[in-house]
Parts: sequence; C-alpha cells; structure tokens
Amino acid sequence: MDKERIDRIIDKHQSEASSLIQVLLEIQSENHWLPKETLERVSEKLQVPFTRIQHIASFYKAFSLVPKGRHEIHLCMGTACHVRGAPRLLDMVQDLTGIKPGETDLDMKFSLETVNCLGCCALGPVMEVNGKTHGKMLPSKTADVLKNYE
Amino acid sequence: MSQILLKIDGKEVGAREGMTILEAAERAGISIPTLCHHEKLEPYGACRICTVEAEIDSRPKLVAACLYPVEPNLVVRTRSEKIDKTRKMILQLLLAHAPDAPALQDLAKEYGADKDRFEKEASFCIHCGLCVRYCAEVKKKNAVGFVDRGTRREIGFIPEISSKECWNCKECFPLCPTSALQAAYVLTEALMTPAISFKPEKEE
Repeated sequence: MDKERIDRIIDKHQSEASSLIQVLLEIQSENHWLPKETLERVSEKLQVPFTRIQHIASFYKAFSLVPKGRHEIHLCMGTACHVRGAPRLLDMVQDLTGIKPGETDLDMKFSLETVNCLGCCALGPVMEVNGKTHGKMLPSKTADVLKNYE
Repeated sequence: MSQILLKIDGKEVGAREGMTILEAAERAGISIPTLCHHEKLEPYGACRICTVEAEIDSRPKLVAACLYPVEPNLVVRTRSEKIDKTRKMILQLLLAHAPDAPALQDLAKEYGADKDRFEKEASFCIHCGLCVRYCAEVKKKNAVGFVDRGTRREIGFIPEISSKECWNCKECFPLCPTSALQAAYVLTEALMTPAISFKPEKEE
C-alpha cells in the first residue's frame, strides 16, 4: 500500500491518536490486510507507539496482519449451521480450496475463515463470500458457487 | 489535605484521598503480597494476588488492593480463610504457566498452593505487564509490548527498537518474576541475527 493512500486516510482523521482504530479499519478495508510498513507509518503519523498498534491490531479479529486472498470466504460454524451440516460443508470447502481456516492459498485467490454466527440462522448452513451470503448450502453446491470467483 | 480513617486488620489507619488500600497498608506496616505492582508504575491490577476483603456498607467484597481507593470507614481484612483460598487458586493458575518461578514458589509455600493442580501450560509469562509498562511509562521506549489476546497473549520485542535501545538498558530484566522476558529477548535477538544486530557498535 503506497504512502499517499495511507496519509490520505490518516489526514481524514486529523492525525488524531484517538482515531487509531478507525484508521486501521479503513486501511484494512482498502488493502485487506495491515502490512508492517503501513503500521510503522501510522505509528509515526499518529504518534502512537508501535507496540500499542501491534497490540490493538493483533487483538481485534477484524484486522489481519497477514496478506488475504482476493476473495474472503466466511463459513458459519454457529449452532444452527452446525446441526444443519456446516462441518461437512467446511470439509468440502477445504478440499476445493486446499486451505484450512485462517489460511490463504498460494495464488492469493481465497482466504478461509470460520465465524460463529452470521445472524441468518434460518438460512443455515451459511457461507459468505466477499460479503455475499449463500444460504442453505450443500457440499454438492459449493463447487458451483466457488467457480464464479476468479 | 483531608485525612481518611479506615481499618485494616483491626488497626486504625490514616490515609490521604486518592491512595489505594495497598499504599495505606504499606504505610501502616501491613504487608499485602503483590506480583504486578511497582512503585514507579501506574496500578494495573493484573495478577490479583493482592486481593483483600473490603467491607463496604458492612458487605464484604473481594477487591484488588493495588487499585481500590481508600474511603472513610472502610474495613479491610488482608488475611482470612476466603482470601487465602482465593490467593491459593490464583497462584495455582499462575503456576500452571510458570511452575519454577521463585516469586511464585515462595507465595505457594505460604498459601499451600499445589503447582501440579492444573495441567501445565508452560508459557512462562504470567502477564503481569511489568516489562511492558516499565518500558512505556518509565523509559518511554515501547520496545516490548503485548501481542494477541486471551490464551494466546504473549510479550514481544519490536526488533527495530530493541536493537537500538535494549543492550544498554535491560532494566526490565530484573522486574520479570518468571524470566519469560529474558527468553523473549534472546529469541528476538536470535531470530533477527545477522540482519539486525542487537549488540552496540564497537567504538573505533
């Protein structure tokens, strides 16, 4: 991520140290992850110690300190989805993408993450790809859904 | 300056407003065990070993002495069956992380804590935060900080800062109750060598 883009986000928040999390969230949503150089720049501009930024960035699940793939898969493992077969769905997605939860494949195509509830239990089991919800999923349907993403 | 009178272990103790129970007890010569307390640092309340029983409106409540501010007519007990039981449990939980720490072993002997009570999870760090807070508050270098959260939380040195600041300081080393800090430092140094040298440049 280039310096100008980071600086633009920081300036939008008047370089306020109290806006740290907002700044990090915006960088996260633009860049999909927080590289070390970016955090160093934020630390310098906001006058927040690097240790503090590292603590916060590693604390919240919304932030990623490792690169993410172009498409993010969130697989619901909540109770309703679980009893409706989410573990089998997870096995299928793992087989198709070749990655485990928390990992990103070598082509940077998919990142897989399990979540605890997406809030639409009636649609279980639910898989979310890039924020788009795919409800009432079946292991046999996953390949059809995932092939739409390049 | 108004004097606040309170009772600690049946002894009348005078304290200034804003003092904590721990400070008031220390002034009265009553000792309360601590692990994460340091006089130069802000109270943190991480280890909970200073837990005492404070009676507020004649209701006893367990509070951390290093954080709880004194108030008029407060009745504090620093040893009781309930407190000893609580401290024993806290010690047993800490000992699962650092079974060989001398500071913990001494307290364990006093409170009869069994270091094998819980399954070992040898992280060696008890998250007292002394190193992190000392580096931030006293030295203002922020070379060491916490990373991650919950059961995965650990301390970590920032190599870029440590390589410049730590060699001639190392003031946090004697603060660590378990030596986990020294291990973290050596690990960071080893991982960074030879790209970043932690040793000071030789004088010509």
